[in-house]
Amino acid sequence: MKEELFASGRNIPNIDPTLNIWHWQIPSYLFLGGLAAGILFFAGVFTIMGKEEQMSATVKKAPLVAPFALILGLFLLFLDLKHKLWFWQLYTTIRLESPMGWGAWVLMIMTPISMVWSASYLTELIPGWDWKFKFLKTFESWVIRNRVLIAWPMVIYAVILGIYTGILLSAFNARPLWNTSILGPLFLVSGMSTGAAVILLVSKNHEERKIIGRIDLLLIVVELFFITHLFMGDKAGSEAQINAVNLFLGGSFTAPFFAFVVILGLLFPAILEIMELRGFKVPIAVPAILILLGGFIFRFLIVEAGQITRYLY
Amino acid sequence: MHTRRKFIKIGALGLGATAVTTAVASWATGNTSGSTRSVNDRAVSGWHRFPTYCEVCFWKCAGWTYVSPEGSIQKIIGNDDDPQCNGRLCPRGTGGVGMYSDPDRLKTPLIRVTKNGEQTYREATWDEALDFIANKMKEIAGKHGPESIALFNHGTPGKYFTHLLNAFGSNNVAAPSFAQCRGPRDTGFELTFGESVSSPEVTDIRDTRCLVLIGSHIGENMHNGQVQEMSEAIDKGAVIITVDPRLSTAASKSKFWLPIKPSTDLALLLAWIHVLIHDNLYNREYVAQYAEGFNELKEHVRDFTPEWAYGITTIKPELIRHTAREMANAAPSVIIHPGRHTTWYGDDVQRSRAIAILNALLGSWGNRGGIFFKEGIKIPDFPRPAYPKPSWSWQDTLNGRYPFAKEAVTNTIIEASIPKPGMEHIIKGWFVAGTNLVVSIPLKEQLMQAMQALDLLVVIDTMPMEITGYADVVLPECTYLERYDDLRATAHREPTIALRMPAVQPSYLTKPSWWISKQIGERLGLGAFYNYKDFKEVLQWQLKQIGSSMEEMERIGLKKYPRKSPVYIESIAEFKFKTASGKIQLKSNELQEAGFDAMPVYTPHPQPEDGYYRLIYGRAPMHTFSRTANNRNLVALMPENSVWVNPQVAELWGLRKDQHVWLKNQAGVLSNFSVKVRITERIRWDSVYIVHGFGHHHKPLTYAFGRGVNDTELISRLAIDPIMGGTGMRGNFVTFVKTEPRKEGKL
Amino acid sequence: MRYAMAIDTRKCVGCSDCVVACQTENDVPNGFCRDWVKEVVDGTYPNVSIELRSERCNHCANSPCVRCCPTGASHFEEGGIVLVEHNKCIGCGACIESCPYEARYSHPDGYVDKCTFCIHRVRQGNDPACVSVCPTRCMYFGDLEDPNSKLVNVLKNRKFKSLAPEAGTQPQIFYLL
Ligand SMILES: Nc1nc2c(c(=O)[nH]1)N[C@H]1C(S)=C(S)[C@@H](COP(=O)(O)OP(=O)(O)OC[C@H]3O[C@@H](n4cnc5c(=O)[nH]c(N)nc54)[C@H](O)[C@@H]3O)O[C@H]1N2
Ligand SMILES: Nc1nc2c(c(=O)[nH]1)N[C@H]1C(S)=C(S)[C@@H](COP(=O)(O)OP(=O)(O)OC[C@H]3O[C@@H](n4cnc5c(=O)[nH]c(N)nc54)[C@H](O)[C@@H]3O)O[C@H]1N2
Ligand code: SF4
Ligand code: SF4
Ligand code: SF4
Ligand code: SF4
Ligand code: SF4
Ligand SMILES: [Mo]
Repeated sequence: MKEELFASGRNIPNIDPTLNIWHWQIPSYLFLGGLAAGILFFAGVFTIMGKEEQMSATVKKAPLVAPFALILGLFLLFLDLKHKLWFWQLYTTIRLESPMGWGAWVLMIMTPISMVWSASYLTELIPGWDWKFKFLKTFESWVIRNRVLIAWPMVIYAVILGIYTGILLSAFNARPLWNTSILGPLFLVSGMSTGAAVILLVSKNHEERKIIGRIDLLLIVVELFFITHLFMGDKAGSEAQINAVNLFLGGSFTAPFFAFVVILGLLFPAILEIMELRGFKVPIAVPAILILLGGFIFRFLIVEAGQITRYLY
Repeated sequence: MHTRRKFIKIGALGLGATAVTTAVASWATGNTSGSTRSVNDRAVSGWHRFPTYCEVCFWKCAGWTYVSPEGSIQKIIGNDDDPQCNGRLCPRGTGGVGMYSDPDRLKTPLIRVTKNGEQTYREATWDEALDFIANKMKEIAGKHGPESIALFNHGTPGKYFTHLLNAFGSNNVAAPSFAQCRGPRDTGFELTFGESVSSPEVTDIRDTRCLVLIGSHIGENMHNGQVQEMSEAIDKGAVIITVDPRLSTAASKSKFWLPIKPSTDLALLLAWIHVLIHDNLYNREYVAQYAEGFNELKEHVRDFTPEWAYGITTIKPELIRHTAREMANAAPSVIIHPGRHTTWYGDDVQRSRAIAILNALLGSWGNRGGIFFKEGIKIPDFPRPAYPKPSWSWQDTLNGRYPFAKEAVTNTIIEASIPKPGMEHIIKGWFVAGTNLVVSIPLKEQLMQAMQALDLLVVIDTMPMEITGYADVVLPECTYLERYDDLRATAHREPTIALRMPAVQPSYLTKPSWWISKQIGERLGLGAFYNYKDFKEVLQWQLKQIGSSMEEMERIGLKKYPRKSPVYIESIAEFKFKTASGKIQLKSNELQEAGFDAMPVYTPHPQPEDGYYRLIYGRAPMHTFSRTANNRNLVALMPENSVWVNPQVAELWGLRKDQHVWLKNQAGVLSNFSVKVRITERIRWDSVYIVHGFGHHHKPLTYAFGRGVNDTELISRLAIDPIMGGTGMRGNFVTFVKTEPRKEGKL
Repeated sequence: MRYAMAIDTRKCVGCSDCVVACQTENDVPNGFCRDWVKEVVDGTYPNVSIELRSERCNHCANSPCVRCCPTGASHFEEGGIVLVEHNKCIGCGACIESCPYEARYSHPDGYVDKCTFCIHRVRQGNDPACVSVCPTRCMYFGDLEDPNSKLVNVLKNRKFKSLAPEAGTQPQIFYLL
């Protein structure tokens, strides 16, 4: 029999028996970041394509959610910090090697963009809205004129933000479950899918929903493919990686993962969306909400499980 | 009949009222605010260091207590000049700060009172407590004579109360370090060589070529000098042979591990003797010159072949022969280690004799890499009147038993405290200083009976240990870091003395034992025995006599004296051992005359029945007995003990790792608490192992309470050594109880 | 200069003096530790072996904790010592997640803490506290680039390993076998 134990020391809360320094805040932060990225991505893309009017919920209404999601996300990141009063130190340095660092910066850039974007539609969306100050009105008209110009960086940053939500984790070589390059694209796709879900909830336009529904279906298929890839990649990896992925394939995370993420969060909404596309009457809120829930639980499980996995012990 | 002495939990008292604020290190209380200083600017200037020697065990390493500019004790570091520690304390010594900063410390004198029919303690002033004690002592002496007061002690405080009792007219002074510890070894070696190996042991491990450890688990037994020297021996490639039913840490570092069946060591030792003699491997010159009784011994061991021993010990004959040859190859630079805690199976003096004989046959006594001659410096007694001669003493409590007990046997003094009809020598009052009898002495019933019958029980301690709950008066001593004490005078490779002085003022209302002893003495009219105001005066006077001074010792902490006598035997012409004949006693005439076996004989010991496992116990390197179980620095390393179970046994019982079980012994005695299971290949399938000193049941030990189990309560059967009264404690067998036993009754 | 440590598993008895010494030297709060001792038991009774290892931050040459720190609080000091500047640390936990050895912990005061190789002692020419207290003298601390150091000497003459080399962090604590 092989026995390994701590002869002394190391009963560090949050590290023994399992590392658990990140709780619900970080997965929520990642979820909100991905969701905002998805929304802003679609808003930007359809603007660039000149489809503001056909896709008005995508371009105009849904982005209203983004600044709130981003600010809430940043707030949750703040909540996660143990040395909160030193928070500002995040923005006194630019450290490109640190995903946490550039993530904070991307959010810092993305949040004002999303605010400006949403604000520029307020007058159009809310009858009687008045910016009161002259300079705001001037700025508004500037933004409205240059929407396509703003859409470009917004799309690019949205992709970066989406990928970032995965890279924040995959950069940790020390956690075998996370340590795979597929996590960035996977989180990006998943983020877009949750963004699409928000649009589906907001949109009243059948045509728009159909387009977004189709895109979402594609995203779900890609996401399932990436998840399979993630597992297969880990399965073919080191012993630590095999142990890590086994948490999801027979281990303690298997049931919640397959029930809530794969079935309820991906397969079931996909089927509903297919039915909707085939003309069945499906209350569209159902798949959308399931996707959102699935997306959140997905991040929560990956963050939790990843912290348990280790090379050494 | 005296009112029953009910066990009182000190914690029930509002000690908060007297909580004198002191600079208790913030560490212990978990209050870390304010320590945000950056790693780079850790202040080291402005620190003071004060010499001390460690009191966390009895190796007494010399060290320095570092006090921060704010006046709190920061760390304790070994004294580089001390050959006992070479500048490195063991973990317990390093963690000694936790003794001082323990929030549960005794803080004020306490007196037992009956309030509304309930016994409890009340906080008392020192004057009240001391007057009470002195009056009771006079009362007892008036009725039964001063001899009726006894002292149980361990460590430095004992000295002052020994002085008090001697001055008062009693020499009934006992310590568990004899009948529960090194008694059999000392007796066995004295019977063979005329003297024992002392403490610190005079084993030349540093320079040995072969070290044989018989149950002696150096490395877990953290007696510092030995651990350091064993490491040095490993570096130098010495052969280590360890005999232990458990893969001790030492065994894992050994070239040969002999996983012996417990209780059969004597058979192995006899077989080794057989091989050395009959294969002509012994040191003939040495034996011829220094030993007597060789032919008888040769005849005696004729049939004790390795094949014979194999059947008993389960150690393969080739291995026995091979290891005997290894010893002979290294001789005389070989040590068959005498061990220290040797009260195992009741024939322990004989086992120690066999070990001594092996050393003699190999010629290790008096040789480099074997057992060297020590030299120390005698510290003169401070001038005092002669002690009165007691009319009887602890020898009279032996009642003809244990003829070779050279020190008082704790258990016979306990017996003598239980009134029986027609009893001649009765004990009515106890002082207990620095020993937690409830955890260190087996046979709880007997101890309880004795304590119930006393007229006076005074406990001097630093912590609210179990024993304090039975006292009439509890006196809080300050820790070793807050007081002066006797000089440490060590006899070893070179003579040394070490000073202990306070690094900080005593916390709360605590006082040093020298002061307590003096105060009681003066109240008894024994002022002439305490002809000084402050103990510092005594030290100053003593230091002057031996050519040093307080100033010098405060500066250096430890002083070495040049050696005057030879270290090894060959430099002495006509060397005489301290036995009656001047020769090593391979056959002991003394034993024979007293009606014991003159040469060791193997006797089988009871073996566990099905479903029961032999309870063996030992040390963990980061704890000392029960005294450190509440020390926050050390519990951070090891919070509780666990019961070691072989994987086969675990499977049989369906035990899981870290599962909590209760232990029940052969007499149905159940452990007070449950204990975690450790499933490990380090232990045999016929035994379980636990580290001694845990399972405290006294609530005021807020950390230690209920953590782990106490081996002592499961030791209800003793095998008493008829030669010197040692209490053999390894003949108890336990089984597992998997469900909460108190619930069982209800179902 | 490249500070490193070698620890002789043949001599270590697992006494954990290194752990207490670190507590008292560095004010490590109760319940936390910067170093710890692992025991690995292998085999079947009576053919059993034990490896005892005193572990701490490996002061990795390729250290993910420094890389992932968003504020630069985790950084390299002279001789490759990896340090956390308490006043720059925001307690985001990224470095804790990044360390394959789980050598870091979140200090109750908010910042992240870990072994400093006792840089305050080393700068004064002393050994780290754990090294200087070890009763078996089984730890060697020194400069890997100093060919005359005891450290280089033991590494030359003995077989050794480091922990989880597959993590790619280039740990600088070596275990003599
Ligand atoms: N079951 C079992 N019993 C054993 C042993 C075993 O292994 N198993 N071991 C035996 C051996 S080898 C020995 S030597 C004995 C040891 O037995 P003890 O000497 O009784 O052991 P400790 O637990 O050290 O008890 C010391 C007591 O001294 C107190 N103390 C500590 N420092 C001071 C101080 O400065 N002043 C005062 N006044 N008190 C202080 C502590 O709080 C504690 O109450 O136990 C023996 N009994
Ligand atoms: N850390 C620490 N060190 C200490 C102390 C402490 O409290 N803590 N106490 C000190 C004191 S006072 C003493 S007396 C010493 C005691 O230290 P030792 O004299 O070394 O200890 P023992 O209790 O005799 O031996 C315990 C070992 O005996 C083994 N053993 C059990 N049964 C048998 C058997 O039948 N045969 C053989 N061959 N081995 C057996 C156990 O597996 C265990 O490894 O330690 C001293 N050192
Ligand atoms: S061996 Fe350890 S506990 Fe004993 S005196 Fe030395 S430092 Fe103190
Ligand atoms: S102090 Fe030395 S012997 Fe003890 S555990 Fe640490 S490294 Fe090992
Ligand atoms: S051991 Fe961990 S904390 Fe230390 S340098 Fe390496 S990665 Fe960083
Ligand atoms: S917790 Fe502190 S040291 Fe660690 S990565 Fe975050 S800011 Fe850097
Ligand atoms: S080097 Fe210093 S900080 Fe690091 S473990 Fe050793 S004592 Fe602790
Ligand atoms: Mo002892």
